[in-house]
Amino acid sequence: MENLGLFLAVLGAGLAAGFAGAGSAIGVGIAGRSAAGVVTQEPSLFSKVLILQLLPGTQGIYGLLVAFIVLSQVGILGGNIPSTAQGLVYFAACMPMAIGGFLSGISQGQCSSSAIGLVAKRQDQFGKAMIFPAMVETYAILALLVSILAIFGIPSGI
Amino acid sequence: MSKLKMKRVFICGLNEERQNVLDTLQRAGVVEIVQGDYKDAGLKNIDILDQRADNNQKAVLAEQAIGILDEFAAEKTGLLQSLEGAKDIEVDSYGARAGHIDEYMATAEKLSELARHIADHKAAIPKCLSRIDTLNAWQTLDIPLDFEGTEKTRVFIGSVAQDADAAGIYELLSEKAEGGEPLDVDIVSLNRDKMMSSFMAICHRDDADRTEAALRRINFVKAPMGKLVPTEEIADINREIEDHKAQIKALADEVATYGSKRDDLKFAADYYRMQADKSTALGRLDVSENAFFISGYTPASYAEQLKSKLEELDTVVEIYDVEADEDAPVVLKNGFFSGPMESVVESYSLPCKTDIDPSKIIACFYYILFGLMLSDAGYGLILVLACGYVLLKVKNMKPQTEKLVKLMFFSGISTTFWGFMFGSFFGDAVNVVATKFFNRPDIAFRPLWFNSMNEPIRLLSFAFLIGIIHLFTGMFIKLYQLIKAKDYKSAVYDVVFWMMFVGGAIVYALSVQMITDMLSLKFILSPAIGKAAGTVAILGAVGVILTGGRDAKNPIVRFLLGLYGAYGITSWLSDILSYSRLLALGLATGCIAQVFNQLGTMAGNSVFGVIFFIVIFVIGNTMNLFINVLGAYVHTNRLQFVEFFGKFYDGGGREFTPFTENTKYYTVKEEIK
Repeated sequence: MENLGLFLAVLGAGLAAGFAGAGSAIGVGIAGRSAAGVVTQEPSLFSKVLILQLLPGTQGIYGLLVAFIVLSQVGILGGNIPSTAQGLVYFAACMPMAIGGFLSGISQGQCSSSAIGLVAKRQDQFGKAMIFPAMVETYAILALLVSILAIFGIPSGI
Repeated sequence: MSKLKMKRVFICGLNEERQNVLDTLQRAGVVEIVQGDYKDAGLKNIDILDQRADNNQKAVLAEQAIGILDEFAAEKTGLLQSLEGAKDIEVDSYGARAGHIDEYMATAEKLSELARHIADHKAAIPKCLSRIDTLNAWQTLDIPLDFEGTEKTRVFIGSVAQDADAAGIYELLSEKAEGGEPLDVDIVSLNRDKMMSSFMAICHRDDADRTEAALRRINFVKAPMGKLVPTEEIADINREIEDHKAQIKALADEVATYGSKRDDLKFAADYYRMQADKSTALGRLDVSENAFFISGYTPASYAEQLKSKLEELDTVVEIYDVEADEDAPVVLKNGFFSGPMESVVESYSLPCKTDIDPSKIIACFYYILFGLMLSDAGYGLILVLACGYVLLKVKNMKPQTEKLVKLMFFSGISTTFWGFMFGSFFGDAVNVVATKFFNRPDIAFRPLWFNSMNEPIRLLSFAFLIGIIHLFTGMFIKLYQLIKAKDYKSAVYDVVFWMMFVGGAIVYALSVQMITDMLSLKFILSPAIGKAAGTVAILGAVGVILTGGRDAKNPIVRFLLGLYGAYGITSWLSDILSYSRLLALGLATGCIAQVFNQLGTMAGNSVFGVIFFIVIFVIGNTMNLFINVLGAYVHTNRLQFVEFFGKFYDGGGREFTPFTENTKYYTVKEEIK
């Protein structure tokens, strides 16, 4: 069982990438359906609604980021194999990104979908439409921040 | 700052000069015409609805004709050209071309007629194809489908919805035959599949009724009508399809011959767009039998020029200052550096009367914040070079596009700067390439300040510092606005107390060991300073509590409202914490670039490895650049709109919408602007 630490760390990394990615996938999917609907009526709005559709996509990238930092520290892509205690901490450190990314991705997707509706009716309000989904993303960023700070701060001696 | 001062303008002239005056105003594009209200004086408005609808319709027709040309005789346009705005043309050549406008519209009508014919032919083809589909099941028949028999025989051609051969169908018929007697009928199977069997039934005329009744009972469906033998008809239809195709081709070629008329159509579309706008303006005029009267707004800087220009046309022009309580429109004017911010401000809301134009102030912060979020020298250089190239190459860009390109140009400079500070050039590309392909791990792109990957907490502290400066700048602007409005009470109560409260608390926090440790600061303020700052903070807090609820009459309510106001300190906390996104997004850019760099080296050090690296490097970094530029743009806007504007900006100004050439392809030049 000397690799339990590694297992826990990789599990955490996997969940961070997987759940945040799933959240983004659902979010981008929700927004994409609205975007496609708008483009059937107004093909010229394509680039605007595409940007709005992409906004919930960042959670997946943040998840990938957290996973990559972990993998590069625990001996998969570099670094040393962690002890069991360290592995547990890695696992815990990945959780904010996994949970925050998953839920905020879905929620941001719904918000983006409404923002796309806004742009469809009032093209000139694109600037404001972009801000509403960005408000949701704040919490994904905070989750990312906590995950990163925790991972960087894991002591080597435990 | 650079909110243009508005003047009220009144223009009065004779009706015979009306068209001339409107043309001049439209080309000058500096007057917003407002609906006057002089009904009492016996002035009337002109009914322009029909005229405007007619003009709009013609503009649409010309625009459709351009669309038709684009479809059948596409014009080759480069990427750079697509950024270009309307071309300038001289007044004289405008006049000359306007004389040909009927000719241009005839072209437009001809094109739309051709397009209609093409559409008809295109619609006919699927109809032919579906007829062929129906006939396919009857191909083996060598008599026409509506053949009903000879002198002695009766023929039924049709199908049943099941899979059966001739014997099978005969059996089915016999089962259903009247009186159970066998039918004297010949079945010729024509075609069968799982869904349908088609056949021909031949019987003597005397047996026709019985046969028909039996057929009806097995749900016999008659074959589609057709005077020809099916194979012949199919051949005919195929010829017809070829004919339609040839017609489409000929018509498309004819459309293509109009390719050279594209510029004329563009002119016509713009001409009628301008006419439609002119109709709208005309509708806002007040007219009497012989004279007309325009009332509107114009920026003060153009007022004198406008006046002398219009007076040449025998009109009377009077210019007044805008009254204090008037809802005057707002227009921003900024230089090269802060000009791009106008679109950022506009997308939030234009400044109201008491607001300053925040463009200049947000410009500095905007570029700094954007640069911190992207913070990669490589990406910054790409932005600078790409946007610089576009700015140099494309002369008459659409104003909105130009602002965006400039915004990215300046943001790119800042991004490059922060990239050097934090040692990021396409992530760690320099080090990766040197290590993997040249075996020189000592070569790296070293930070001028510190490596944000290794010291994230230091960057976090820096992000908070930037945030505090940003937010306090907002408070100072509010202070300035309140002092300018001579509202000294509010200046002290709403700004000074809060600055004492928040500023004191921040300084106090810096004297607390736990907090400096947490932010890994290398200094700590002495307890004496901390104590003094704490006192200031408490004084500020007391001030906020005592004055926060000053609108309420009841002292208890006032105190409670004050307490609630002091609770607003939590929003300050969350505002400052919000700037941690600078760290998160900055790290994200670098880390993702590193991921791709590392992925790229997986194929090892060989010719294939190098090619693999280049491919992954280009794709990965393009994607990263795109996503992070989007992220930086969105989140910089958010910090400006939510955190910064929240401190001082009211917005709600009405946009200045001058009567102008709202055209797509051409602008007629006039000296005044």
